[in-house]
Amino acid sequence: MTDHPAIAARELSATYGSRAVWTGATFEIPSGSFTAILGPNGSGKSTLVRLVLGLLSAAEGDLEVLGKPPHRGNPSIGYVPQGSHFDPELSIRGRDFVGLGVDGHRWGMRITDRAQAETKVAKAIASVDAKQYADRQLGRLSGGEQQRLLLAQALVGMPQLLLLDEPLSHLDVRNQQAMVQLISDVARERHLTVLLIAHDVNPLLPHIDHVLYVAHGRLAMGKPNEIITSESLSRIYSSPVEVLKDSRGRVFVVGLEEEVSHPHD
Amino acid sequence: MTELHRTAIHAVINNSSPQLSWNPFEDLATLFHFEFMVHAFQAGTIIAIVAGAIGYFVVLRGSAFAAHALSHIGFAGATGAVVIGLSPIAGLLAFTLGAGVAIGALGSRLRGRDVTIGIVLAWTLGLGVLFISLYRGYATEAYAILFGEILGISTSDVAVTLAAGVITLIAVGALYRPLLFSSVDEDLAAAKGVPVTALSIAFMAILAIAVTEAVQVVGVLLIFALVVTPAAIAVRFTSRPAIAIATGIGLALTFSWLGLAIAFYSPHPVSFFITSLAFATYVAVRIAEPLKTRMRRTTANATA
Repeated sequence: MTDHPAIAARELSATYGSRAVWTGATFEIPSGSFTAILGPNGSGKSTLVRLVLGLLSAAEGDLEVLGKPPHRGNPSIGYVPQGSHFDPELSIRGRDFVGLGVDGHRWGMRITDRAQAETKVAKAIASVDAKQYADRQLGRLSGGEQQRLLLAQALVGMPQLLLLDEPLSHLDVRNQQAMVQLISDVARERHLTVLLIAHDVNPLLPHIDHVLYVAHGRLAMGKPNEIITSESLSRIYSSPVEVLKDSRGRVFVVGLEEEVSHPHD
Repeated sequence: MTELHRTAIHAVINNSSPQLSWNPFEDLATLFHFEFMVHAFQAGTIIAIVAGAIGYFVVLRGSAFAAHALSHIGFAGATGAVVIGLSPIAGLLAFTLGAGVAIGALGSRLRGRDVTIGIVLAWTLGLGVLFISLYRGYATEAYAILFGEILGISTSDVAVTLAAGVITLIAVGALYRPLLFSSVDEDLAAAKGVPVTALSIAFMAILAIAVTEAVQVVGVLLIFALVVTPAAIAVRFTSRPAIAIATGIGLALTFSWLGLAIAFYSPHPVSFFITSLAFATYVAVRIAEPLKTRMRRTTANATA
């Protein structure tokens, strides 16, 4: 276990062009925790992920990732980008795609370390139960199968931190639950810190430790049952927000859908 | 190449086509008896290897239109070079490289990229037409650029082609993994530290060199047959990158060699045979594919 938090932000602000996406964010993501990043479209959830990846620099404030300033190509981060569903014609096997997570960023061809890389890939594929279809064409696989291979790709580099940008958005309810269970199991087994962007908190509720809410230009973090309440969200965003529960215990947040600014959709 | 040369070659090809003896060894010996055929096979081989290899990435990146456009944009460069008394290949290379770098900088996912390329393409073709009209005497030169002239390749042309071929293959090898990565998922590659924009520019520059080479064989209008078709067929057989590249090279070689051999014994142009072989193979594969799937399904049902 490490003594520093996985991510620490102090008075962090992000801009998109000249427009502020969100400002004054101060939070800490404890090492080994599972955090859901929630909020309306265009509120700046992916912006946060891009800051952590070092693809964007902060407009103001401090950000530390695994005890260091963020930098591009950080090998300690496993990443699944948003909207990753592949063209059916994309002619590459799942196994080759996972292999890119090992050494896809290196120049030249894989000549030495071939056996070692193949072992790593096979292990990652096994850890997400994707052996059956790993040798098929990636684009021809179902959404759930593609997401598992994307996760294998993120895990193959033995990261400490997983950043998953909407890994559930193209899945049906059953696949969503299976995927969250898988992420949660793998993370616990490997003591990984997980940040997962989602639209719907419900499939995540049994597994997450924290919620990071991004809305109206501000970030708010807390335990799910503390932060996803009408009182707490209304107070944080100084506007009437209602959290509704249906008969099956699912929660719905009403009142944060309207975004003041849409920096990017 | 001089006008005299060309006339001589055309005389060999058109008027007194060698007769097939139907003895393959004798026929091959006749074929390689002519120096221009030896050169054509040498250059054709180098170009097929380069085109087959780079074609996989063209197909994977969805850059087929960009490849096609590059060659057409190169047409203006080639005809322009002729007007000012330079080698058409020099002009071709200058224009394809310039266009390649510009297209690469546009990025591979930018919506409307193909529209932008098309607009530039149309304008440069217009320029090409102007250059031809400025230099009527060189209409045969323009014809060669448009449709290829592999039978007019000199020893020094072969040497230049070999050098350019080796450079492009080394470049593809050096960029192999990050290029594959950014072609499959650009966001992911960027997050992993791959310089995706620089890579996109480098790839288009390599493609520009490859296209310039391939123009010698099939001409700017028919570039698809060597750069895109072999790779497009290959990816229907395999989704393993290395095998797809090898298959693409094998197909490009087959089309080039067969096309040259058939053309030697016929009065028709080489480009026609190469493009037709490529097209026929693609059509055959597309027809066979659903049949194969249906058969597999039927056997699966029968055993179930």
